Amino acid sequence: MNDDVRTLTRQLADDPASLAFLDLAELLRRRGQLDAALTVAANGLGRYGDLADAHALHARILAERGDGDAAFDGWMSALQLDASHQGAHRGLGFLYYRSGDLPRALRHLEFAAQAAPGDGGLRAAIERVRAAAAAPAPAPESSRAALLPTSRATPFSLDEESGNPAEAEVFAGLDGARDGLLLLDQHGLRLGGGIRDEDGADVSDTVAAHLAGISREAARAARLLGLGEWQSVGVECDDGNAHLVAPTAETILLTVRDVSVPAGRLGLIADRAAQAARRWLEGLA
Amino acid sequence: MNPHASVLKRVSAVRGVRGAMLVSAPDGLVVAEALMDDVDGRAIAALAAALAARLRRAAGSAGLGSPCVIHLRGEAGALLAVPAGEELLLVAVGDRETNLGLARLELLEAARSIR
Repeated sequence: MNDDVRTLTRQLADDPASLAFLDLAELLRRRGQLDAALTVAANGLGRYGDLADAHALHARILAERGDGDAAFDGWMSALQLDASHQGAHRGLGFLYYRSGDLPRALRHLEFAAQAAPGDGGLRAAIERVRAAAAAPAPAPESSRAALLPTSRATPFSLDEESGNPAEAEVFAGLDGARDGLLLLDQHGLRLGGGIRDEDGADVSDTVAAHLAGISREAARAARLLGLGEWQSVGVECDDGNAHLVAPTAETILLTVRDVSVPAGRLGLIADRAAQAARRWLEGLA
Repeated sequence: MNPHASVLKRVSAVRGVRGAMLVSAPDGLVVAEALMDDVDGRAIAALAAALAARLRRAAGSAGLGSPCVIHLRGEAGALLAVPAGEELLLVAVGDRETNLGLARLELLEAARSIR
């Protein structure tokens, strides 16, 4: 267990009425321990139901778990308590964007920007949503279009300000964007994202080096075993789960989560991440 | 009769599984197998051991601990591998109709019985 988590857990155990639940739930969320984060946030919310931050954090965790409806309710509750809550406006903007309601998305993002005028990531998101809103409306969905990945690339992250918009975009909207996702090339060089070990140390380059050429190895194994084209490699471990997919023929995306995220769900998260990574890579070309 | 035969037979009985085998993890050699005729046991053993070794190193570096289950998914089927102690690897190959959940459980149970 990370020292910070241990310290906050102890602090909360010593004083259950403490606001330490906010820091603990946020820390767990960033580590990808969403179930634990949700439990801590929900307990805190039970005690501090009039705290907008508690509602917003609870909603954020719900959103990352894929429960958009509950997240929407949570962020709305936060706004009822604090009409200018930056996190709630950002979260609602994210949800509205994903649902295709660009005017509402833009409105909430602009509210969020008023509360955080120095947030470059937010400004970039607003610009992208404006650009998307100005683009011609898409043609009615054909059967072919329905088979393609969604064209509504998430233009911004729920995460706080990012110093690297390009990298943030790769992992936009994905759980634990900065930790637990690693995009590398077939030579084992990191392209984006990062992996931290249980002590918080950045082990991205080491992990990437170990995974150099694994795409070719998996492809060869699948072909020789009569499995066709390889699609993914899942690894369930004692202390976490990992999932490998190839966004393109030359890249590998590793997604890592703790054991509370079942292997099947991790596969879905990884597939979404691969779609986002593909779009980013296409943008570089 | 090989003492592992009954364990492998049980894994192979899962719907869609084309074969199961016990592999020596360090060198990728077949220890025991229960495979359909069209499955090349030596190739599976070597490939599974190499893949497992590489993933074990990567997982260790990432702080994930030791792999318990490895799942290579292809468009026409899947390979499942479960370590049975330090030296052995239980492997099953299935087609796209395989009940992967059941195969996984059988492999884990088989690995426990072999350790």
